[in-house]
Amino acid sequence: MDRLPINHLERPAYIGKRVHRSEDRALLMGQGQFVDDLKLPQVLFSALLRSPHGHARINTIDVTNARALKGVHAVYLYSDLPESARRRLPMSIPNPLIRHVMTQELLASSEVCYVGEPVAFVVAESRYVAEDACLLIDVDYDILGAAGDPLAALEKDASLAHTSAKDNLIAQLPLSYGDMDQAFAKATHCVEEKFWQNRGSAHPMEGRGYAAEYHAVTGQLTIWSSGQTPHLEKKTIVDMLAWDPERLRIIHNDVGGGFGPKAIFYPEQALVAIAAWQLQRPVKWIEDRREHFVSSSQERDQYWEMRLALDAQGKILGLKLVMTHDNGAYLQWGVILPYIGVTTTPGPYVVPAMDVTLRMVCTNKGPTSPVRGAGRPQAVFAMERMMDRAARMLGIDRAEMRRRNFVQPEQMPYAVGFIYRDGKPMIYDSGDYPKCQKMALEQINYAGFAARKAAARKEGRYIGIGMANFVEGTGLGPFEGATVRIQQNGRVGILTAVSSQGQGHKTTFAQICADQLGIPMEMIDVIVADTNAMSMGIGTFACRITVTAGNSVYLAAKAVRTKIERLAAFLLECKTEEVEVKDGITYVRGSPERCKTFSELARVAQGIPGFSFPEGVTNGLEDTQYFSPTQAAYCNGTAAVEIELDRDTGQMRFLKYVMVHDAGRIINPLIVDGQIQGGAAHGIGNATLEWMRYDDQGQPITTNFGEYLLPGAGDVPRLDMLHLESLSPLNPLGVKGVGEGGTIPAAAAIIAAIDDAIDDPNVFLKEAPMPPPRLFEIMRDAGIYERERQTRMAVVKAGLRT
Amino acid sequence: MDSKVISLVVNGQHFEKEVETRHSLGDFLRNDLGLTGTHYGCEHGVCGACTVLVDGCSVRSCLMLAVQSDKTAVTTIEGLANEDGSLSELQLAFRECHSLQCGFCTPGMLTTLTELLRENMNPTEAEVRERINGNLCRCTGYQPIIDAALLAASRLLDKHRAAVTAPRS
Repeated sequence: MDRLPINHLERPAYIGKRVHRSEDRALLMGQGQFVDDLKLPQVLFSALLRSPHGHARINTIDVTNARALKGVHAVYLYSDLPESARRRLPMSIPNPLIRHVMTQELLASSEVCYVGEPVAFVVAESRYVAEDACLLIDVDYDILGAAGDPLAALEKDASLAHTSAKDNLIAQLPLSYGDMDQAFAKATHCVEEKFWQNRGSAHPMEGRGYAAEYHAVTGQLTIWSSGQTPHLEKKTIVDMLAWDPERLRIIHNDVGGGFGPKAIFYPEQALVAIAAWQLQRPVKWIEDRREHFVSSSQERDQYWEMRLALDAQGKILGLKLVMTHDNGAYLQWGVILPYIGVTTTPGPYVVPAMDVTLRMVCTNKGPTSPVRGAGRPQAVFAMERMMDRAARMLGIDRAEMRRRNFVQPEQMPYAVGFIYRDGKPMIYDSGDYPKCQKMALEQINYAGFAARKAAARKEGRYIGIGMANFVEGTGLGPFEGATVRIQQNGRVGILTAVSSQGQGHKTTFAQICADQLGIPMEMIDVIVADTNAMSMGIGTFACRITVTAGNSVYLAAKAVRTKIERLAAFLLECKTEEVEVKDGITYVRGSPERCKTFSELARVAQGIPGFSFPEGVTNGLEDTQYFSPTQAAYCNGTAAVEIELDRDTGQMRFLKYVMVHDAGRIINPLIVDGQIQGGAAHGIGNATLEWMRYDDQGQPITTNFGEYLLPGAGDVPRLDMLHLESLSPLNPLGVKGVGEGGTIPAAAAIIAAIDDAIDDPNVFLKEAPMPPPRLFEIMRDAGIYERERQTRMAVVKAGLRT
Repeated sequence: MDSKVISLVVNGQHFEKEVETRHSLGDFLRNDLGLTGTHYGCEHGVCGACTVLVDGCSVRSCLMLAVQSDKTAVTTIEGLANEDGSLSELQLAFRECHSLQCGFCTPGMLTTLTELLRENMNPTEAEVRERINGNLCRCTGYQPIIDAALLAASRLLDKHRAAVTAPRS
């Protein structure tokens, strides 16, 4: 693509600057408009009765007492739903290899397949009364055998997760490229390992929430959602309620974090809409934390079996991978989550041949879908641990092992060999992976680490260092749109349908637009996440918004700039090239008194009733663009971590945490740094604390923040951040995504550092998370404590003898 | 349902209201008084998003019953700005340091740190870190919040020093 100038100024006024966010003031004053903050007159509250069983058949449901409770307005069961809603949710991302397409019903009709599955929906005067009513509903269940452990669920005679399925294998995807037989035939070394990983749910501090209002006068249904994908929500509501799309509006005001699971459509949203329409009162449902644990998407268990072929120098020849993903009971985003994972595995390394078998297993647990990182942290953990394993086996330094295998910058664009999740060949567009690692290792003083480690050991302290590299496909298509327009009052509007969960999109978009129009950001008003603002849209996930919507804002603003210049030239009777634009005023170069304001121009462009435009004038200072990237823009990064381990307790603390990230052009460094620091915190949780556990009957056993630990301020260090800016050649701004980069390499680097601190030939850490009790078990089982005891005993005995 | 009339001052304004005895303070503030700046993130006392100041002390408003706040003075996020409506030093520092992303945990962070800065005019980074260790944030990774508290503290301390060393007229 031809690179366009990113603005009309010598230097950008806003792009690249640490601009404070326009979103902050209201939030700091307690004036945010999160779904539960909306004051809808006459609003009713709702609650759900959910399945307490992993797998059961529903015999009867008695709602008599619940309906009779004072303050209850409605109790819905499956049979009470309108006909259009008595079917399963649509599959958002289908795939022909899915053998048993199973999505949820809004309310279970006859069989419940995970703990937390909605069974009944109660609408009442208050949340308190709605929950009281749930307790009065009597459900008679026949408990069925449950598919718990995903590996066991693949065995013959395993209990079926769904009685309608033949087995629990949802899909088995073979993916390969290169000559694998030759790779292993030529190999000098072969490294084999099996890894287990668990990633929990996203846990945005605001759970999911929906409010709906039906306007009887206009027939309009408005839904406010704490979501990520307004237009996907709209499409699903249109189908499930058989609703007129022209009378449906989805709005996401403030959203209290998303991190993936809010991109999925959930039954509660449709239920709230149905109730608001039928009861002709606004209805609200707000998820509580326990519900988030059992009913919002998570990532959970994956098993990675890897076999790496290497030549004598440690260069990779081929990689075999069998990955088993615990999908849970239902599908919505098809095979996307594990697919992203396995295709991320080669990362920044040249892997000439690869052979993947991906198995998705249906279990009686909550459904899975991408959580910040979207399967990539697991891939990076598995691959980087293999690099460490190979380095140890070959006696090569870990950094050198990686250096020998990097894709070199001069190989860009580099074709990996896979088809990526965007349906296009996986082609890295730009980046300098060796430089990225080099910067990280210099920043952490990797060269001096051996001396630090030896000095620490003399003091009886155990320190370790770890590193991890990754490449992430960001900025996925197909498109996201934006309108830029000058209003008659001279203010500039940016309209998009993209939803924000704290990323500061309004600020970023305004920066991009202000630079094109040569105006201060304060002249700009930004509308986001309103399906009425933009007729089409996808949603916020996959680090895609600045790439898609950001470039749409850029292109639209540029087009408006051209319209402004043409119209000003016409009115000022000069050449277009002579028009200067500054702070919302156009004037003839050298004659600032010959000028027109944006307001004057906008009024001319709006026209006078009945009069034709003179030649050269067109309607409106407005433009709409839908930027469609041709493929993903691949960002990359390196995490390097130094930790100290308390070997007696398994507790570790960070000594230094370096992150080098390359997201192409940086629009706002303040926001980008915030994404990296916050993303790393999420990864630290995944590495050391967060473990979503179920028993073998599908009972969740971590359903509050006492049982499932999120990282707190005491667990997250200050990141030492460095940035590279390898511009993407695939979009005019040269940007890539940044929202997940902090998370992706975290567990790999941290657990490698812990492993290095243990520094025992019998220990190689092959699982994540690695909370202190588990680490203690591993060290105990490796005989570390016993050997230490014997050493101490020997000293004591020696002392006794003398 | 049992109910009781309570009398309390919230952000300087006096209220006398009947409230169900089982209702939490947070629900009372949000639903009965319309002060929706206080947020519920977990409803079991861990996340700290619902933290308000009751007679100056930080309290989890999801764990305290509304009736327990009878005859107290409550401060919520809506009551933290300066009297003229301008942002407080702490709020300003939050904006400067990018200490909020989604802003959902912010009310609890601000109330908790307001209490800290009243108790300790010159906290160390470790003291700030420890104080907000009971408040969960999923967006920021905490460091910007800690930086904002330290920045606000240093500015408040400068103001205080200027005030006490100013020559008397």
